[in-house]
Amino acid sequence: MLLGLLHSRVRVEERLLIEEIERRGIAYELIDAETATWDIHDARGFDRFDVILDRCLSQTQATTAIRIFERFGVPCVNRSAVIDACSDKLATSLALARDNVATPRTMVAVGVESALGAIEEMGYPCVLKPTVGSWGRLLARVNDRDAAEAILEHKATLGSVSHSVFYVQEYVNKPMRDLRVFMAGDEALCGIARASEHWITNTARGGKASVYGVDGETQELCRRASRAVGGGILAIDLLECPERGLLVSEINHTMEFRNSIEPTGVNIPGRIIDFVVETAKAATREAIAGGVSR
Amino acid sequence: METAVMSAACPECAAEVSFARRPIAGEVCRCSQCSAELEVTSVVPLTLEVAPEVREDWGE
Repeated sequence: MLLGLLHSRVRVEERLLIEEIERRGIAYELIDAETATWDIHDARGFDRFDVILDRCLSQTQATTAIRIFERFGVPCVNRSAVIDACSDKLATSLALARDNVATPRTMVAVGVESALGAIEEMGYPCVLKPTVGSWGRLLARVNDRDAAEAILEHKATLGSVSHSVFYVQEYVNKPMRDLRVFMAGDEALCGIARASEHWITNTARGGKASVYGVDGETQELCRRASRAVGGGILAIDLLECPERGLLVSEINHTMEFRNSIEPTGVNIPGRIIDFVVETAKAATREAIAGGVSR
Repeated sequence: METAVMSAACPECAAEVSFARRPIAGEVCRCSQCSAELEVTSVVPLTLEVAPEVREDWGE
């Protein structure tokens, strides 16, 4: 078996994954997305890989490369359709809503005035998120109309095209933490709680991780959420709503896990590699290439 | 046996940046002198450049 690790920046996570690959004696090559070139008519040897594990920091680079690998029938974790569904919060929300997976109430507008109307209809406070972005960046809790008008003007004036989609979500009065469940296919590997005095609890923003026991009900919710976006190696972010229970907030397709190994006691990188190997063994190249050409 | 140490100059302040184990191209480190975030852009020869700023589509 030959495993390809697609990467941009090599972080602690990529180092840990490489260690697990080497520990299992799996042949592998690193594929730097920044330096690779692809010919869509000629595989140029890229089809020699039995599986690709995507660990690109850039969602754009990831979908670009993975779609090309799939064109040549190479199994990829995660698939391009999954990356597309997870890297755009609107796409994620639509998939979850389609499959009746509990998620915060969400409204969308593409004009400033209509966005203000959506915010007023949602009520204060509410949350404004960019549809593309991670690590808790550029989230805004909109507490009143003055804040709404200012934030919308700033996004419309200063933001890129992606900021012209105004994604408005209800503010969930959660208990100063959120939850994350790491999934490998239908299996919940482990869970963490990320606590913070701030309403944004990403560890990138200072949130502290501790173990969270994933019960059967939570696993079933995460299994359904994972399937809604196509499944794979995913991190499901959950909010604890006092009235409605667990809500799926976001789904991450290239999760970071360095701070989650110790509190959970789970060898997350090892389990990821095991899943990637199983995917390689189960895949049929004709089906993968055929799926892309349609 | 001594552990081999590779090092290169920080492009910001010229201080020596050392690696206790062989770095991988794309790896990120921080200069202990000026705190600049650096990326290994080449292993042979070992070359460091200031790491690019976080881009809009970066993340999990």
